[in-house]
Amino acid sequence: MTAVSTSYLHDLTLSLPEVFLLGATLVVLFVDLFISQAHRQLTYLLSLLTLVGTVVLLVAVPEGRHVGFAGMYVTDGFARLIKLMTAGTVAAAFLYSRDYLIKRGLFKGEYFVLALFATLGIFVMASAGNLLTMYLGIELLALSQYALVAFDRDSPIAAESAMKYFVLGAIASGVLLYGISIIYGVTGTFDLSMLAQRLDAHALTQVGLLFGLAFVMAGVAFKFGAVPFHMWIPDVYHGAPTPVTLFLGAAPKLAYFALSFRVLAEGLGSMAGAWQGMLMVLAVLSIAVGNVVAVSQTNLKRMLAYSTISNVGFILLGFLTATPFGYRAALLYTITYVLMALGSFAMIILLSRKGFEADRIDDFKGLAQRSPWFAWMMLFFMVGTAGVPPFAGFFAKLYVIQALVEVGFTWLAVVAVLFSVVGAFYYLRVVKAMFFDAPADDAPIGGAFSFKVLLSLNGLAVLALGLFNTPLVELVAKALR
Amino acid sequence: MIGLPHFLVLAGVLFSIAVAGIFLNRKNLIVLLMCIELMLLAVNFNFVAFSRFFGDLDGQIFVFFILTVAAAESAIGLAILVVLFRERRGIDVESLNRLRG
Repeated sequence: MTAVSTSYLHDLTLSLPEVFLLGATLVVLFVDLFISQAHRQLTYLLSLLTLVGTVVLLVAVPEGRHVGFAGMYVTDGFARLIKLMTAGTVAAAFLYSRDYLIKRGLFKGEYFVLALFATLGIFVMASAGNLLTMYLGIELLALSQYALVAFDRDSPIAAESAMKYFVLGAIASGVLLYGISIIYGVTGTFDLSMLAQRLDAHALTQVGLLFGLAFVMAGVAFKFGAVPFHMWIPDVYHGAPTPVTLFLGAAPKLAYFALSFRVLAEGLGSMAGAWQGMLMVLAVLSIAVGNVVAVSQTNLKRMLAYSTISNVGFILLGFLTATPFGYRAALLYTITYVLMALGSFAMIILLSRKGFEADRIDDFKGLAQRSPWFAWMMLFFMVGTAGVPPFAGFFAKLYVIQALVEVGFTWLAVVAVLFSVVGAFYYLRVVKAMFFDAPADDAPIGGAFSFKVLLSLNGLAVLALGLFNTPLVELVAKALR
Repeated sequence: MIGLPHFLVLAGVLFSIAVAGIFLNRKNLIVLLMCIELMLLAVNFNFVAFSRFFGDLDGQIFVFFILTVAAAESAIGLAILVVLFRERRGIDVESLNRLRG
């Protein structure tokens, strides 16, 4: 443990971004109670200001690794990168969601407050130095997500998907906790750095630890949505209101990466030999099932859900190498994926209007004639996610494969590439619908100016990060030194 | 003499009953919520037993947090249940079948 602080004030200074985020979210919650629907914009603006303030405080946190609250809280380059990315992603989600929510009478404070609490959960997970802190972060994120999915109370499918998510999520938490309790029983500590010290080369031969690890892995796999723990992903993505799907599909992925990095790589790093095998099964199944089932989907939200599953497989592939290069590749992949997922769901929001959800692939027919510019943006997102050069998704996949080959898992790399080819089919089907089919309806494309600017920037970023990917690679390398 | 293994076996049995209850129960969502609660309590049993036999308080502190979170979790679960009931006029597990594919 580096520099355990004795002064409480020092701990609070380290965690100032979280303290501010919590305080400001409570202010938003309180202000929202006293304003009429006509002034709801205030909630929206305050939520964005909260995120801006959090980012400012994040940048001001001293660099390097610092430990606070007796090892409960850790801040380092990794936590900082995850938090900055999360704040940016959530702010983008707010900007994308506003018009959609206003048009459907869903422009309420709950969406913003719950999303901000979920953000706080992600921050806590990124900075967890102890399994207790990690658990609290996971639950804060999960409980906010359950409520967000159910937030459109008049939707016939939102409540059903929320119930499914809640039940399966609660089982996952229970399983994860059971694993934690066994690991505590063997090692006698919850502190992740202490755990790393107490586990030595003999850890792999201890049956108790392996038993606990298997439960922890099941919990992590569920959170990520890796096969065979993926059942909730399509239903939740489909059933939730699109802005909520956009939120769920993006920022939490960073949190789950932080969960696996902190617990598996940092805490249980010496058991890598055991979790590698488990991750291998999860990753291969995810890539296979995700890509194959996505082919038969007609609903774009469901298709993107299966695409998420296959992308999670790729993240796990990078992670399971257990080398610094592999972790970097996995983090790079996560960030790139989040960027492309944001854009893809935002396209659905762009084409939707009051009383009409553009969530079928058929709704994208002939988009090239209705709006060539946004058809190209959607092409960037689809082809980028499929992993075609020169888009960002290609380099993300390339680094993961490079990491795999480096440690001798060439067969895994081959499997990953083969299923990516299968995956390209359904991404290209959307492209075909946009460019080669006749438009099904010719309503003008809506969307506020700020929305269109952000979406264009998002699309161009997918291209730019592919053409000039050095800054992102360096950023990730700096975070995971 | 009741030792640590006895507690662990009891916790394991409770946990298994909870998991079996979730997957076998095809009728009522309230029973599902009860099973989830039982699952968390089984885990608490583990924590308290280890904590007691190690003479280390951390495990018992963890239990307090789990209890608090479980309360919040039940509150959200019941709230979703109310929304679902308003919509479906029933809380059968079987009625959760509109999302397929």
